[in-house]
Amino acid sequence: MSVWARHKIFETNSIILVIGVLIVISIGGLVEIVPLFYLKSTIEKVEGVRPYTPLELAGRNIYVREGCYNCHSQMVRPLRDEVERYGHYSLAAESMYDRPFQWGSKRTGPDLARVGNKYSDEWHRDHLLDPRAVVPGSIMPAYPWLAKTELDTANIAQDMRVQAQLGVPYTPEMIEKAEGDVRTQATTDAPNGDDLVKRYPGAQVRNFGGNPQKITEADALIAYLQMLGTQVDFKLYDNKANVR
Amino acid sequence: MTFGEAGTALALAALSLLSIIIAAKAHTPEYAFHAYLFAAAAGAAVFKIVDRYYDRPAELPPLTIDGRPNYNMGPVKFATIASVFWGVAGFTIGLLIALQLAFPSLNFDTSWLSFGRMRPLHTSAVIFAFGGNVLIGSSFYVVQRTCRARLAGDIAPWFVVLGYNFFIVIAGTGYLLGITQSKEYAEPEWYADLFLTVVWVAYFLVFLGTILRRKEPHIYVANWFYIAFILTIAVLHLGNNAAIPVSLFSPKSYIVWSGVQDAMVQWWYGHNAVGFFLTAGFLAIMYYFIPKRAERPVYSYRLSIIHFWALIFIYIWAGPHHLHYTALPDWAQTLGMVFSIMLWMPSWGGMINGLMTLSGAWDKLRTDPVLRMMVVSVAFYGMSTFEGPLMSVKAVNSLSHYTDWTIGHVHSGALGWVAYISFGAIYCLVPWLWNKERLYSMKAVSWHFWISTLGIVLYISSMWVAGILQGLMWRAYTNLGFLEYSFIEVVEAMHPFYVIRALGGALFVAGSLIMAWNVWKTITVGQAATEAPQALQPSLVAAE
Repeated sequence: MSVWARHKIFETNSIILVIGVLIVISIGGLVEIVPLFYLKSTIEKVEGVRPYTPLELAGRNIYVREGCYNCHSQMVRPLRDEVERYGHYSLAAESMYDRPFQWGSKRTGPDLARVGNKYSDEWHRDHLLDPRAVVPGSIMPAYPWLAKTELDTANIAQDMRVQAQLGVPYTPEMIEKAEGDVRTQATTDAPNGDDLVKRYPGAQVRNFGGNPQKITEADALIAYLQMLGTQVDFKLYDNKANVR
Repeated sequence: MTFGEAGTALALAALSLLSIIIAAKAHTPEYAFHAYLFAAAAGAAVFKIVDRYYDRPAELPPLTIDGRPNYNMGPVKFATIASVFWGVAGFTIGLLIALQLAFPSLNFDTSWLSFGRMRPLHTSAVIFAFGGNVLIGSSFYVVQRTCRARLAGDIAPWFVVLGYNFFIVIAGTGYLLGITQSKEYAEPEWYADLFLTVVWVAYFLVFLGTILRRKEPHIYVANWFYIAFILTIAVLHLGNNAAIPVSLFSPKSYIVWSGVQDAMVQWWYGHNAVGFFLTAGFLAIMYYFIPKRAERPVYSYRLSIIHFWALIFIYIWAGPHHLHYTALPDWAQTLGMVFSIMLWMPSWGGMINGLMTLSGAWDKLRTDPVLRMMVVSVAFYGMSTFEGPLMSVKAVNSLSHYTDWTIGHVHSGALGWVAYISFGAIYCLVPWLWNKERLYSMKAVSWHFWISTLGIVLYISSMWVAGILQGLMWRAYTNLGFLEYSFIEVVEAMHPFYVIRALGGALFVAGSLIMAWNVWKTITVGQAATEAPQALQPSLVAAE
C-alpha cells in the first residue's frame, strides 16, 4: 500500500483526523514555550527589579486601558542606534512582573522602555493634555480626561492579591497598606514616604499630577512612566555574568 | 420540549440571573453595562427558544426529504449577512484610524474615539467579526454540502452564530469603554473569553457532528482545514488567555504568564491566529469555492495532503519571529526564523494547488469577475507568504520590525488574500443561499474588484516606502557618528504616506459598499433560480 493510500485513514475517520491534528500542532508550541519556564538563563539575575507600587500598578492599568502599546514599544533591541537613542537594551528581568507584557510591536511613537526620568512631570502633564503643545510634529492623541478623572483605588489591594497568587512577591504588608501607599506616593512631603520606599526601593514619592487637591489618573500614569526602565543600575550591571 | 431546548433555555436563564447579580455589584459602570447586555441577550434567547417551541411542528425538521439531505441554511444566511455588515464597519473604522495617523485632530480629544481604543476595534472587527462570520458561515455551508448531511444540532448552530456575534459586540464595546487585556488580537477580557470558549466548543461539536453524519466515505479536503482551524484556535485561545480575574465583579484580570514567557505565549497565539484563523480557515474556502466556481477538480490531491500537514506542523513554530532581537532567548528566535523560512514551501504549495485548479479554465478569468477576485486573492497569498519569510530573517527584521512595513505586509495578506477570498465566497454564496439565478450585477463585481485592487496597491506600496524609510531614518548616522534624525523627524516624514494609505483604504471601503449594495439587490430583487442551484461537490481526482 502506498503512502497516499495509507493517508486514507485520516480521510475516512474524523476522530483520527482530530487526534492527528492535535498532535501535529502541539509539537512546535511545546518545544518553544516549555523550556522558557525551566531554563535558568531565560531571565537574567539582576539587582533592583521590584514589583510595581500600587500607584504605578494603577498607572500601568491605565496605560493598558488606553492602548498605549498600539504605538509604543517597551523593548530596546541590542542594536547600535537603539542603544544610543533609548539607552541600554532591555533585559528579560526588567519585565518579569509584567502581566501582561508590554513589549509592543509597533513604534508609531518612540520606545518607552527607558522613558523614566527623561522628562519632567510637568512635561508629561502638558504632553498628555495636548501633545502638540510640547512636540509640534506629534501625531499622538490628547488624553485630557486623565487629569480630570479621580483615580479609583478601591480595589487596588485585590489586584495585588491576585498578582501575589500568581507569584509576584507582594507581601501581606504591601497588600494591606496598598490604598494608603497610593496616597503617600502621590503626595509631596508625605509623612510615611520613607516607609513606602523601604517596601518599594527606589520608588519616587511626589505629586506627579500637579494638583495637590486630588489624585487623578494622570498622577498614576505619570508615576508609571517615570519609573519605566529606572530599576536596574547599568553602571553595576555585569553583562558577562549573564551571557546566554 | 427536546433536551437541547430545555437545557439551553435553563442554562441561558441561569446566565441571565447571574448577569443581573453581577451588574448590581459590578466594580465599574462599564462592566455593569456589559452584565446588563449579557442579561438582556440571554433573556431574549430564552424567550425565543420558548416562543419557537410553541410555534414549531411537533417533529423537528427531518434529516432528509425524498432521500435528499434537508440542509439547514438559516445560520449560514445570518453569518453571510453579518459578514457583509461587519466587513463594511471594520473597513470604515480602519479608514478612520488611518486618517487619525495623518490628521491627529480626528481623535477629537475623546476617550472612546482615540487611536489606542479604535485600533483594537478595527483589528477585531475585520479579523474576528468579518473574517469569523465568513469562516463560520462558509464552514457550515461547505460541511453540509460535502458531507451531504444536515447540520448537526437544532439550537446549537444558531447558538454558535448568534453567540459568536454577541461576543463580537461585547468585545467591541469593551474596547471603546477601555476594557482590554492589551494582548494583541486577544484583547477581550476574561468573561468575554469564557463565553467565547463555550461558543467555540459548540461550534466544534456542530462541525464534527455533521461530519460524523456524512453520506460520503471521504472527508473532503476543505473540511480538514476547517477542523485544523477550529481545533487550533481553541488551543491558542485557552493558552494565551489563561488569566485570573480580580473578582467576579471586576472586568480586570491578570494573565498567568509574565514578561518573556508571556511574550512567547502571546506571539505563539498571535502568529497562529494568522496561521489558523486567517490562513487555514480561508484555505478551506479556497479548496471548496475555487474548484466549484471554476468547475474544475482540485489540481493535485497529493499536493493538498502535503500542503495540509506541512502547513499546520510548521506554522506553530513561527511565532518567535515577532520577537527578534528582544529579550527572548536567542535559541527561540532562531527556531522561529528557521521555521518561518521553511513555511514558505507549504504556503506556495497551497498557492500552486489553488492557482493550477484553473488549468483548462483560465478563460473564465476574463468573463467571471468573482473567479478573478478569488484567483487574485491566491496570488496575494503567494506574495505575502513570500514577504513573511523574508521579513522573518533576523537581518531584515532588524530594519522592518516596529515599522509600517509590517502594517503593509499584514494588509497585503488581509486585504489581498483574506478579504478577496471572502468576497469571492460571499458572491458565490448569496445566489446559492437565496436561490437566485445569479448576482444582481456582475458589472458591480467588476467595479468592486478594480476599485479595491487600486486601493490595495496604494495601501501596500505606501506602507512599504514608509516602513523602509522609517527603518533607515532610525538607524541613519551623520559622518560625525551622531544619529542623523530625531524621532519626531521620522514621524513627520511619514505624513504623505499616511495620506496615501488612507486614500487606498477609502477606495477599499468604497468597494465593500458596492458589494453590500449588490448583495442587498440580489437578495431582494434578484431573479429566482429555475433549477437546483448546483451540483453537490467539486469532483476530485481520487487518490490512488
